[in-house]
Amino acid sequence: MHDALTRLGRALRLVLLTALAVLFLIPFYLLLRNGLADEADITAPDWTFFPHRLHWSNLRELFDDPGVPMAHALLNSTLIAVLTTAGTLLPASLAGYGLARIPYRHANAVFYAILGTLLVPAAVTFVPSFVLVSSLGWVSSLRGLIVPTLFSAFACFVFRQYFLGFPRELEDAAQVDGLGYWRTYWRVVVPNSAPVFAAVGVIVFIGAWNAFLWPLVIGQDQDAWTVQVALSAFTTAQTVNLHELFIAAAVSILPLLLVFLLLQRYIVAGVERSGIDD
Amino acid sequence: MPSASRRRRRHHALWFWVFTGPFVAGLVLFTYVPLGWSVFLSFHDAHNTVTPSHFTGLANYRQILGDPAFRSSLATFAVFTAFIVPATYALSLALALAVNRLRFARAFFRSVFFLPTACSYVVAALIWKMSLFNGVRFGLANTVLGWFGAEPVAWLSTTHPPWYWLVIVTVRLWLQTGFYMILFLAGLQRIPARLYEAAALDGARPGWQTFRHITFPALRSTSVAVVLLLVINAFQAFDEFFNLLSNAQGYPPYARPPLVHLYYTALGQGQDLGLGSAGAVVLALIIAVVTVVQGRWFGLGRKEE
Repeated sequence: MHDALTRLGRALRLVLLTALAVLFLIPFYLLLRNGLADEADITAPDWTFFPHRLHWSNLRELFDDPGVPMAHALLNSTLIAVLTTAGTLLPASLAGYGLARIPYRHANAVFYAILGTLLVPAAVTFVPSFVLVSSLGWVSSLRGLIVPTLFSAFACFVFRQYFLGFPRELEDAAQVDGLGYWRTYWRVVVPNSAPVFAAVGVIVFIGAWNAFLWPLVIGQDQDAWTVQVALSAFTTAQTVNLHELFIAAAVSILPLLLVFLLLQRYIVAGVERSGIDD
Repeated sequence: MPSASRRRRRHHALWFWVFTGPFVAGLVLFTYVPLGWSVFLSFHDAHNTVTPSHFTGLANYRQILGDPAFRSSLATFAVFTAFIVPATYALSLALALAVNRLRFARAFFRSVFFLPTACSYVVAALIWKMSLFNGVRFGLANTVLGWFGAEPVAWLSTTHPPWYWLVIVTVRLWLQTGFYMILFLAGLQRIPARLYEAAALDGARPGWQTFRHITFPALRSTSVAVVLLLVINAFQAFDEFFNLLSNAQGYPPYARPPLVHLYYTALGQGQDLGLGSAGAVVLALIIAVVTVVQGRWFGLGRKEE
């Protein structure tokens, strides 16, 4: 009797989870369905789960449409995401190591000055940052989109926590060999820390690719639009070409879905760090 | 000897700054300087300029705090938080508990629930606005309503009752739940098995009793982190509101969270950077205080584990 109940409960749980999983996947399906359908199939009053015909030509139409700078926006987003990731990892990891390992009288004060900025989320300070960037003359430039976002206290903090737990014996051995801080860091510490770099890097990359508020504020010329800004302009426009909008959105999340499926292990590790240490 | 130790100290100080210098310089230039500048601007009349000369004292602060639209943006944040924080907390915890006890296909379910995190709020809002909750008959929600003979609902423009909240809250719920589920899964994995063994010996039945007395208390620090992050993120909500509600005619007067209000104040017509800066300073203070108070309240800093 008791056994049967447990088995029933387990089956019920599986059914419920499967139903929820389907619900969670529906938005992705809608993206693909509408992206490959024609306008009539999207707006038909008797909506069908499958479109009547698949139109792969929507893809070509999207990139041929001169009114929608999709290819250029994709290029911008790729450049921004790659450069932001590299540009965040380098200074934040160096600083994290310095804070974790090099004895210095004022190290604690520096650490709290960095930590303090976590109290004020970057999104809240977009007006001040806009003021600075516009007085540097960086509005509508890649510099303006990238550089102000590079100094992430969160990334620095994660690296510091990680390096505090790095096995000291490895560094001691390097120092016996006569290596100073600099060469110890590059020859011993970095090569043995690939997972943490991957975890932070992937999180930063996703954040940069999906960012919207800052690119909206800074990317005022169409030349500086990222994929998100282009999609947003498209969504809020007077007349919307639905199948083109959906295929554009599908194209925009394709790179991230790939990153997700290939690097999920690191993303999960990064998420776990971000939550526990915050 | 003292000179040797002083040399050592100087050597360490030098290397400390070689490592941390670039980061600290960037942080000062792109976080502290703008903040300071904004405080300066907030005391001036700064229409369309970042180097104002007309000092106006607290006028900007008086104006923004007296502005009903600003106060209603804070109320919008409060309503949004009241919906999204408990909903995400409950769903992500439930999913984590269920996925954690699976014997097979655990990785599959974890991936499915986590996958929406890859989606941007822009794309999610687009799907919700143009397809799921499209106000005309072909929207998926209206199609389902149609099966039951109900009339289609204009989800985003109906204010009585405020159906737009359903759209706004479900976007974020879908997008962020997987992230917090991962945090809870990590927390569950850290609970030592001997706790459950001891509870079983004491006669606690698996299920509600074990959850109430073992699992839930053991997840305390994870719960604190999750609630803190949820509130901070809700405070910064902008993307989905902006993309769901604004259209070629602009943004409707309702459902404006603080950042949307600030966006139109500072960067809309007139570019009132003084008033916008005052708003940014007020919001920064609010979120800092909320974070600190929450931390104190939950007893953060008292390290457990």
